[in-house]
This record gives sequence, C-alpha cells and structure tokens, in this order.
Amino acid sequence: MQDALKGLLRRHGLIVAFMVFLAGVALNTDAFLSAGNILDVLRQVSITGMMAVGVTFVVLTGRLDLSVGSMLTLLTVIVVDQHNQSGPLMAMIITLAAGCALGAINGVLVGYIGLNSLIVTLAMLSFLQGLVLFYSGGSNVNITNAQDTWFAVFGRASLFGIPVPVVMFLAAAAVAAFVLKFTTFGRQIYGVGGNETASVFSGIDSRRAVFWTYVISGLTTGLAAIIMGSRVMGAQNTIGQGYELTVLAGIILGGTSLLGGSGSIGRTVLGIAMLGFIQNGLLLLGFPYYVQWLVTWAVIIIAVWIDLGAKRGRIFA
Amino acid sequence: MTDVILEVRDITKTFPGVKALDAVSFDIRPGEVHALVGENGAGKSTLMKTLAGLHQPDGGEILYMGKPITVAGPLEARQEGILLIHQELSLSPELSVAENIYLGAWPTNRFGVLKKRELRQNSAKALKALGCGFGPDVRVGTLSVAMQQMVEIARAEAFRANVVIFDEPTASLTDNEKDQLFQTIRNLKSKGVGIVYISHKMDEIFDITDRITVLRDGQVQGTVDTAGTDLNQITRMMIGRTLDNYFVKAKAEFGEEVLRVEGLSNKGLFRDVSFSVRQGEVLGLYGLVGAGRSEVVETIFGVRKADGGKLWWNGAEIPLPTPRQSIDMGMALVPESRKEQGLVLMMGGRENTSLPHLQLFSSGSIMDKKKELETYRKYQEALAIKTTGPDQAVSQLSGGNQQKFVLAKWLCANPKLIILDEPTRGIDVGSKSAIHELIAELAEKGLAVIVISSEMPEVLGVSHRVLTMSEGAVVAAFEGDGLTEENLIDAVSHQPASVAAE
Ligand SMILES: Nc1ncnc2c1ncn2[C@@H]1O[C@H](COP(=O)(O)OP(=O)(O)OP(=O)(O)O)[C@@H](O)[C@H]1O
Ligand SMILES: [Mg+2]
Repeated sequence: MQDALKGLLRRHGLIVAFMVFLAGVALNTDAFLSAGNILDVLRQVSITGMMAVGVTFVVLTGRLDLSVGSMLTLLTVIVVDQHNQSGPLMAMIITLAAGCALGAINGVLVGYIGLNSLIVTLAMLSFLQGLVLFYSGGSNVNITNAQDTWFAVFGRASLFGIPVPVVMFLAAAAVAAFVLKFTTFGRQIYGVGGNETASVFSGIDSRRAVFWTYVISGLTTGLAAIIMGSRVMGAQNTIGQGYELTVLAGIILGGTSLLGGSGSIGRTVLGIAMLGFIQNGLLLLGFPYYVQWLVTWAVIIIAVWIDLGAKRGRIFA
Repeated sequence: MTDVILEVRDITKTFPGVKALDAVSFDIRPGEVHALVGENGAGKSTLMKTLAGLHQPDGGEILYMGKPITVAGPLEARQEGILLIHQELSLSPELSVAENIYLGAWPTNRFGVLKKRELRQNSAKALKALGCGFGPDVRVGTLSVAMQQMVEIARAEAFRANVVIFDEPTASLTDNEKDQLFQTIRNLKSKGVGIVYISHKMDEIFDITDRITVLRDGQVQGTVDTAGTDLNQITRMMIGRTLDNYFVKAKAEFGEEVLRVEGLSNKGLFRDVSFSVRQGEVLGLYGLVGAGRSEVVETIFGVRKADGGKLWWNGAEIPLPTPRQSIDMGMALVPESRKEQGLVLMMGGRENTSLPHLQLFSSGSIMDKKKELETYRKYQEALAIKTTGPDQAVSQLSGGNQQKFVLAKWLCANPKLIILDEPTRGIDVGSKSAIHELIAELAEKGLAVIVISSEMPEVLGVSHRVLTMSEGAVVAAFEGDGLTEENLIDAVSHQPASVAAE
C-alpha cells in the first residue's frame, strides 16, 4: 500500500501536487473553478499551447527550438501589417508561409547541416528580433478596420460557447497527436529521438525528419500569430518576448523529455494547461503578477529533475 | 574463518510482470571460479546486480564473511570488496584510466580536492599488477574493449576486492585477449579472490571454472563441480534437453550472384575490398576485433560513406546505396552493437521490429497496428523472446533477448541478402543453435548471407566460404577442405604485405 503510494507519487508526483494546488486555490477563491474562469484560462494558453504543439515535435527528436518567441513577434507584425495591405486571407497565407520558411531555415541548419539546435535557434531568436524592427521600422502596427473585419473571429469569437482560439488549439493538438501516434512520420520522430544511430541503421532519414519538425514548429507559430494578431488587433515589437520559455516550460512540465524519444502531445496540452491554471490561480490568490515567473522557474527545475531521475532509473536500474 | 565469502539465501526479485529471481541460494568460496549459466533472461545479471547493489532484493538475505549485509549501492559494494564487471562496459570515455578506476570514490583531501598523485600512483600499481601495457593517464575512450575491461578489473586490485563478478566478459574479445583475461582471472584466484563467471560460451565455462550453478526462469536448478559434469548435463539443466548437432550447414546449392563489391575503400578503416556472394551462399568474414569487418559491411549498407569502389546488385552495377535504398532493395544488416546501433531502447519489441520497414506496416502513411502486432507475435514466438508484452521497453530485457529483437527486425521483411555482424553475441546455447539453424534455413530458401563472427567454430560451422581480414584488408579466402582452424589462425596472424611494409 505504502509502496503503491510511493510509486504513484514518483510517477505522477507533479500531477498530484497540481491537484493539491487546484484544491487549495478553489477553497480560497470563488471564481477559480467556474466555467467562465476555466474557459478564460484555456483562452489565455491557446497561443502558447498552439506553439507548444509544434515545438513538441522538435523536442521529441531531442532538439530545441528557442526561436519561436521572436518568430511569434515577427509573424504577428506580418499578419497585422498584411491585413492592412492585402486583406485578411492573403495576410494569413503569407504568415503561415513565412512561419514554414523560417522553420525550414532552422531545419536546414539543424537537420541537414547538423549544427547544434540550441545555438541555431538562439541565433535565430536574435536575428528575428532585428528583423522585426527592420520590417516595422520600430513602430507598432494596428489593424485599421478593426471593427468590421472577419479576421476578429480567431481571437475573439466563440463556437458553441467555446472560444475559437481554444478550438483551434485543441484541433491542432488532435491532428498532431494523430500524426505522432498513428503515422510513419510520427514513428520516425520517436525513433530519431530515442536512438538516432539505431534509426539511421534502420534506414530512417533522420536529417529529413528533423527538418520537418522545425517546419511544423514554424507552422504552429504562424497559427499562434494569427490568434495573437486577431486578439490584439495590432502588434508591438516585443509581443512574443519570452514565449519560447513558457512554451518549453509547458512541454517539460507535461513530462516530455528534453533528451528526446519520450513524451506526447497529450502531455504537452496537460503541461500547458497546468501552467495556465497555476498562473491564474496565483493571480486569483492575490499575488502580484511577477510571482508567476518565480513559480514557473521552480516548476521547470522540479520537472527537469524528475525527468532526469526517471531516465537514470530506466538506464541503470 | 569460513570457507564461504559470500552467500545469498532465498533471494527473490520481482519486476512488473516477471519473477526474475525466485528463492535463489548461491555461494562463493575464496579462490574459486564459480560459473553462473542459464538461458537468456534466466536471471543471471539480475542476481549479480543485487550482489553489487544495483538492485535491492524483495526478499532473502546476503551473508558476507558470515554476516548479513545490505548492499545499498554500487559504490558501497565496491568498498566492501564486491566488484561487478558489467555485461556492457560502464566507463566514462572522457576520463583518464586512473579516474575511471576510482570512479565515484576518488581520494580527496579535507577540502574535497582530488589527490592526483595518490590517484595516479595507486592506479599505476594496480595496472602493473595486472600487467597492463598502458598507464594511468591515458583517456579511456582511446582504449580497445579489452583494455577497457582491464581498467575495470584494475578496480579489483585498487579496492582489494574479495569477490569479482564477470558478466559475459569475453563477448567482444579476441582469442588472444581472452587468454590474457583468463590469466588475470587465475591470478586473482590464486590470491584467494572468489570469482563469479557468467558466460554463454561453454568451452570457457569448462576451461576456467571450478563449480557451475545453473539458473532457469529465476530458479536454481543445481550446483555441480565442473570436473564431475559434462556439457550434456549442463545443457539439459539449462534448457531441459540436450543439443546434439551443434552446427548445421546449409546445402551448397548456389544461385545467381546477389552482391558484388570491387575495390571498396574507406580511408583509415579498410582498403581495396572485393568479394561477391550468391543466393543460397553463406559467406563468413573472419578476423580479429578491429580488422575492419564491421566497417566494410556498414559501408556497403550505406551508413558509412565510401571513398571508392563499385557495387553490383543482382548483376547490375549501381551507385553505393543509402541505408534506405539498401533496405528497399532487400538488404538487411544486423549490426554489431545492439544498444547503440540495433535498438531504440525505450520502444517496445513491436515498434523496434517494424522500425526499418514502416512502409510495409502502413497504408497511406498510417500505421497498421494489427499487422505490426501479428509480425511481432510471429517472431517473438519463433525466436522464443522473453518479454511481458509487445510494448515492454526493450531496455528492460536481458541482453540476449534484446539481441533477438535485433534479429527479428531484420528478418521480418524477407530480405534477399542478410548481413549478420556477430549475430550470436550474448545468446544462450539453445537459441544459438536455433540461430545457426535459422542461418542455414535462410540460405536454403535462397537468401545470400554474410556472417561476421569472432568465434572461429561459428564461422567455420555455418559458412560455405570464409574471407579473412586483417588490418583493413582481405588477406585470404578459404572454402571446402580449406575451412580449417589452422588456416584461419594462420591467415589472420600474418599481416598483409602492404601493412607490414608501412
Ligand atoms: N529493470 C528491469 N525491469 C524489468 N524487468 C527486468 C529488468 N531487468 C531485468 N528484467 C527481467 O528480468 C529477467 C532476467 O533478466 P537478466 O538480465 O537477469 O537475464 P540474464 O540471465 O542475465 O540473461 P542474458 O543471458 O540474456 O544476459 C528478464 O525477464 C528481464 O526481462
Ligand atoms: Mg545478462
């Protein structure tokens, strides 16, 4: 009995701790578990969630993508600016194409040329920050006809009572989960992340698989930019700053391993949602907003610790 | 003074779904070599890992020098004088020999600063006692497998071990290196160290051990004196039947040529390698570890880029293929190292088996799980692989059972040419002869087979033709009556002329 409890804690310790936290917040506030608040939290996490869905592909291969934050900034500026110039539909097409193209650049450098993913995507982060200012000339952009564009749907409308961005996030998650679980491409990703050498010996083109994970990451960042642009109806030059860390935190918190090969979209959705509820709960409890950053930090450290512990156990026991 | 150093009584260890050890009792006397044998997954490694503190037993007790102890971890075990030399070597390649000998137990002063001189001197002493030809400052990554093993054994000297456990120590050693290892073991023995020796190679067991304990499905079948038993009795205790015909050679009926290479070279690894293999033919590649055999087949398969050479497949010259092209043409390579090259350890047997042939197990890119499971079941049964289910991570399987999954993943797509690089490494006697039979069966079905093996009887037993390699060059070829041990030994001990001249 005691052993069973210990095992449960070790395997699902974070989730148990999260439940305790939820219960604690719920007892101390009225609004926390109301349908309205829950939908609110989901709406807030839909942008990071959308990005995390794509970045999960990258992380499953044992690599990182730190460029998605400033990519979100650039793509949001693009979608807003193009909305004014070419109309909503063209703006969205251009944004998604740009996202895929930027992802493809990362993909070539990391996948085909074999450069270290941390350095490549960190450099991309910095490059894109510059590119944003170059593109926008340093000023904020706003959608001029904000009152009467159907583009507002993505950030502001609801479908059967569920915010459209939440629907988009969950739909993207469902598609991604299907791809990872049931397709040959998904199997290749787990193979490359689990043991790249053995995968190459099995005829898997690991370079190609890695390349496509970055394209997917760029694509979901493009979708996130559409939600962001639609919600804000404008874009500042720093709008996506720090998002790459929140995204990564959610992925790690869900239990997807940074070492590659183990994890899932379901876990990412869980991790992102947990992060959202923690931050929301802290605000409702009356903590100042910056406390959530400190807590996020602690949560990441603990999650990575558990991940490493589990790995060690698996390898050496 | 008792005449037993270490005794285990009624040790039990359960993993989810398997009882790996079931009331096992076992003892080790000073100055004896005690063999532990049994099928793949019988529990040998698990038993030894409990002695070395890597597993905690669920029940039973361990008596050391007559007193009950609990071994909390590998470091504690080492400090007590119990040393396990792993089935897979476990050194840090980036550290020096001296640092590895004392790994995790480095001598430090009051301030936690490493006492480098002491470390070096003690290590040098231990190495010298073993007669090692290298010093304490060499980086371990630059040493051969045999030398690395010596580094592990040097711990026995350094920590004054009373018990040394060898888990399949000769799996990747050449005959010479094996002789050296046996000399070392005899030395330890004469100093009164108790030694446990795990191996699937029966000739070694009868050569070096004093007593034999047989494990089967986690239970002790019995302990006998080596002098008073024979291979048949041990085999019967291990697998419940005897094995009469050790080697079955496929009928020598050859068809068309399947693969031919000419002038294949890879800088620094091998040069100017030419040979061909036909349908129904088993071609052996023999040579010492490091002769370049694995590199040759890895280059043919496409995981290494060649510097030059031509390749014919089914009589047509083609550019050197990528691994994907090789697999799609019908080539299969069972690689040398199952953990690094063979398996994705966190995947189960099912996913590992289908990994090289995803297109065969899917329609329109969607995986066909049913087909996958059917194939998994077929090979899991055919090769008698012990698992708790199709999705049990292969990292949890015994070494031999892992190897069987590497075979399964390459057999399941009906290749035209199968290259087997050390296919029976770490495989128990029963399954070993099953694999030899399988090789013959495949050849008789018309496959071309290339077998790389460092075990001479195996190469001679299964091959129609044997090429010997030395220092990256093919030095001789034998067939028919020329297939004798003397010829092979002779061929590999003479260096190729070009190398000797260099
Ligand atoms: N960490 C683990 N988790 C779950 N099961 C395990 C673990 N380690 C070993 N087992 C299981 O315990 C059984 C005994 O394994 P063990 O490694 O002791 O076999 P072995 O006799 O050393 O075999 P081999 O000759 O193939 O090396 C096997 O069924 C194996 O799958
Ligand atoms: Mg073993």
